[in-house]
Amino acid sequence: MPYVPHTPEDVEAMLATIGASSIDELFREIPENLRVAPGALNLPSALDEHKLFGELKRLAAKNTALDEVTCFLGAGIYDRFIPASVSAIISRGEFLTSYTPYQPEASQGYLQTIYEFQSMIAEIFGTDIANASMYDGSTSMAEAAIMSTGLKNRDKVAVSEAVHPHYRQVLDTYCWSMGIEVVVLKTEDGVTKNLSAAEGCASIILQSPNFFGQIEDLSAHRAACDTDGSMMIVVADPFACALMKAPGAYGADIVVGEGQPMGVAMGLGGPMVGLFGCKKELVRHIPGRIVGRTKEMDGGREGFVMTLRTREQDIRREKATSNICTNEALMALANTVYMTAMGKNGLQSVAESSIRNARYALSKLEEAGAKRVYGGKFFAEFVIELPVSAKAVRDALLERGILAGLPLGDYYGGRENQLLVAVTEIRTKDEIDRFASELASVLSSATSQVEVKA
Amino acid sequence: MNHLSNGRMKRVPEPELIFTKSKKGRVGANIPTCSTPAVDLSEAIGDLREDLHLPEVSELDTIRHFTNLSQINYGIETGFYPLGSCTMKYNPKINEATARLAGFANLHPMQPVETIPGALELLLGVQEMLQEITGFDNITLQPLAGAHGEMTCLMLIKAYHESRGEGETRKVVLVPDSAHGTNPASAARCGYSVKSIPTDANGNTDLEALEKALDSNVAALMLTNPSTLGLFEPNIEKICRMVHEAGGQVFCDGANMNAMVGTTRPGDHGFDCMHLNLHKTFSTPHGGGGPGCGAIGLQAHLEPFLPVPVIRRGSEGEVMADYSRHHSIGRVSAFYGQFLMEVRAFTYLRAYGKEKMADISRYSVLNANYVRARLKDVLPPAHDRPCMHECILTAEKYKKEHGIRALDISKRLIDYGFHPPTNYFPLIVPECLMIEPTETETKETLDMFCDAMIAICHEAIENPDALHHAPSTAMVGRLDETLAVKQLDVRWIPAAKETAGV
Amino acid sequence: MANVPAELKYTKSHEWVRVEGDTVTIGITEFAQSELGDVVYVDLPAVGRTLAVEEVFGSVESVKTVSDLYAPVAGEVVEANTLLTSQSELVNSDPYGQGFMIKVKVSGELPSDLLDASGYEALIG
Repeated sequence: MPYVPHTPEDVEAMLATIGASSIDELFREIPENLRVAPGALNLPSALDEHKLFGELKRLAAKNTALDEVTCFLGAGIYDRFIPASVSAIISRGEFLTSYTPYQPEASQGYLQTIYEFQSMIAEIFGTDIANASMYDGSTSMAEAAIMSTGLKNRDKVAVSEAVHPHYRQVLDTYCWSMGIEVVVLKTEDGVTKNLSAAEGCASIILQSPNFFGQIEDLSAHRAACDTDGSMMIVVADPFACALMKAPGAYGADIVVGEGQPMGVAMGLGGPMVGLFGCKKELVRHIPGRIVGRTKEMDGGREGFVMTLRTREQDIRREKATSNICTNEALMALANTVYMTAMGKNGLQSVAESSIRNARYALSKLEEAGAKRVYGGKFFAEFVIELPVSAKAVRDALLERGILAGLPLGDYYGGRENQLLVAVTEIRTKDEIDRFASELASVLSSATSQVEVKA
Repeated sequence: MNHLSNGRMKRVPEPELIFTKSKKGRVGANIPTCSTPAVDLSEAIGDLREDLHLPEVSELDTIRHFTNLSQINYGIETGFYPLGSCTMKYNPKINEATARLAGFANLHPMQPVETIPGALELLLGVQEMLQEITGFDNITLQPLAGAHGEMTCLMLIKAYHESRGEGETRKVVLVPDSAHGTNPASAARCGYSVKSIPTDANGNTDLEALEKALDSNVAALMLTNPSTLGLFEPNIEKICRMVHEAGGQVFCDGANMNAMVGTTRPGDHGFDCMHLNLHKTFSTPHGGGGPGCGAIGLQAHLEPFLPVPVIRRGSEGEVMADYSRHHSIGRVSAFYGQFLMEVRAFTYLRAYGKEKMADISRYSVLNANYVRARLKDVLPPAHDRPCMHECILTAEKYKKEHGIRALDISKRLIDYGFHPPTNYFPLIVPECLMIEPTETETKETLDMFCDAMIAICHEAIENPDALHHAPSTAMVGRLDETLAVKQLDVRWIPAAKETAGV
Repeated sequence: MANVPAELKYTKSHEWVRVEGDTVTIGITEFAQSELGDVVYVDLPAVGRTLAVEEVFGSVESVKTVSDLYAPVAGEVVEANTLLTSQSELVNSDPYGQGFMIKVKVSGELPSDLLDASGYEALIG
């Protein structure tokens, strides 16, 4: 085993230094009935590296990777361009194999990248500050909600039904365990209405653009929070923020989101990276790590340290602002390299291309027989109604090499014929045209056959 | 080491923030072009923002910036990293290669489950191997990190008590005073209050105190085994029995699983559930503090409450993602957990296999005991017992006699080219140095490290200033953490905003 | 030896109490501030809050530790030292003066187990 370097002579010499006769003797404090003989576990046999890679390739080949199909599936995780520079940097062992920067003198490199990450996320979200990142968008949102209940001393939170359903499920789990009630706000024409139903809640959580791709009225969101003294929490998309007036500029108290589309592989949804920005007066209450800039004790140099550490679990224990220990440093680094390489022009260009592609796709899909479900403004994702089951259409298109989007029936009752379609900057006019023509063909054969797969 | 000196070494220039290298109009990537018609943006999406202060730098400057920063960052691949409780072992390169296969990396979590059979098979494979290694009845890979796994375990326990009508009464979680801070913090996250259980003079759980604390209000005991003192809890079966007799559940903090892999199974000890840190024990890279990866193991009585999706075999023997779980606590993360980390863990587990799995615990325990033996004359162990995969030493005499603290020794190690061990944890050992060498280090590396530690202990007596002023060879010296808090500077602010008073 | 003014009362949790009529001033001792190190933040209660004896009324933080503050007496908070918001270092430089924490209008008797200066000196040895 190349990972364990001990020769028999090493073992003998080390045992002599220790004063033990065998390795087994070192385990003598484990009651004998609880010990397992080496090699006795019922596990598959060890594989050499060549066979191992072969086995993993075999498993990988059984999946339909998204470079084999044309992807119009989004719903919070997006198939976007990733510059080669991102992988080059996050593969560097100095970053990849380091731990949380507890010893700042040995970790200045990572600490500076996190400071830069915080600066860029705060800039994009329009918030005063941002933390060093959370596990993913869903847990970032749940943490924000829980933080609001502590600050407002209220035991319920309100969330729009147009927030990503998986995020809401995670919120439900977190809130159940804390004894917090979750109030769900209804939508009309794809955007959240009747915010007054959130009365008495610690916070109102909207996503904009929301799960359906529609842009929410954040001014009304702010006003509703002001009326009831609750906190405004927005789940935001960094690309929408790159062009649009940012949630922070609308007065959001906390802005959260998913950083995956900025340089992180989709990876079946993990690892992702949760973004968390907020007003500066909330800084002592936020979960997760924060890096600050400071100076040497006895020198003039600037340097970076983890700061406001007394909020955290290792110091404050059960009174900590959260139980989170790590951030999602490597993915945050991917975001930082991405935001640097793409820069202002790149992020805005990606956003604009997505907007153009989405509108072109919508018009072509409408020509092919789909109907747009909502009016109002949208970003780069939209819901269409099909004459037949969206799942059946999705499956038929998949056979033709197109991953058409997300059927909404599993998430919203009575919407079995609706499909959520995302169009990113890397989709071409030709791919969109082919999507439309294949959809037309699937729909015509579906409507001509009576026995469409339901 | 001959390059050492007490004076500051000449250093490379201070790295600048990326923002200061920005120049309007530059771009660092070859950005996708767009082939569809232009649109009026404000008509399409509404109010546009006025500015966006992100860096505008070339691709070469992007690469140089981050390469230079990596060069002032210490990783396992840079050198020995004996950070106790963190299991900084070698992260095999083959894991990185397999995780980058398009058939894993390029999967959308909401693509039809029928299109990811290989991914599900891999997840089930990890679960089955971890089940055998830990001795639990079931495993879920949903939690995203260690603390998240702890929290998920407590949620299972909470749901279990609720299902028995005891949710309202069992509100207390017992946590030893030696525990990681995440334990009480995770308990608080589940609405529990926390009661601390002392450790006895031998480093074991104080059974009398435990007996007194156990009553019908106790939901669970959270126990780290081997403990954070690097010691195996010899009374573990008895402790689990005591808690069970009082109607409570026992959670095992798996931070120290590395000492047990292939040698003993926590599921056999009497625990009801445990969390694992795949980023510690099963070699997924720490990445600078995340992504973590927090599988959990549990006994059959907790299975009904598992978070969704549950990856299991269906009636036809096919692997499925099961969402129809009426008693489930729900989702704890958005999708399938840290999938690409599971790919790495799977690769690692299959590389060791049945034949070599026990090497992990055997050689990590050998290495820790070797370091302990070599250093015992200069830094006495906190307890006079064989340690498991890490040794806990105390520098108390240097503090008393020479004004040198554990932290000073640690900072001096940086000058000798090593990453410091963990300091001041566990909290109950004064001037604590927690050293975890892991199984992947050679005797030669351990000898160099021990030689350095011994030399530093001599310096502590003869030349304490060398330690007070350490590190003298790093990019920066000790930083002013008070200033960092009092003049909080957590983001770069564009000049335009600064003048506007933002 | 830390400065322990003779005219004050003390708690085992290192708060001091200065009695002036029915109002008391509360802070942390010089010994406590030296154990904490540089104080970077003080969390104090709102004026008007009613405190019970030994109730946690706030916390004081250094870079690496945080200590809860326990009410030595029962009563209503009539003043919180707002100076500490921007100048928490006063807790270090002038713990018995400008670095005080709160003033409380006492309800009922002072607890009998408050220490006098010699009792507190014995405690911190």
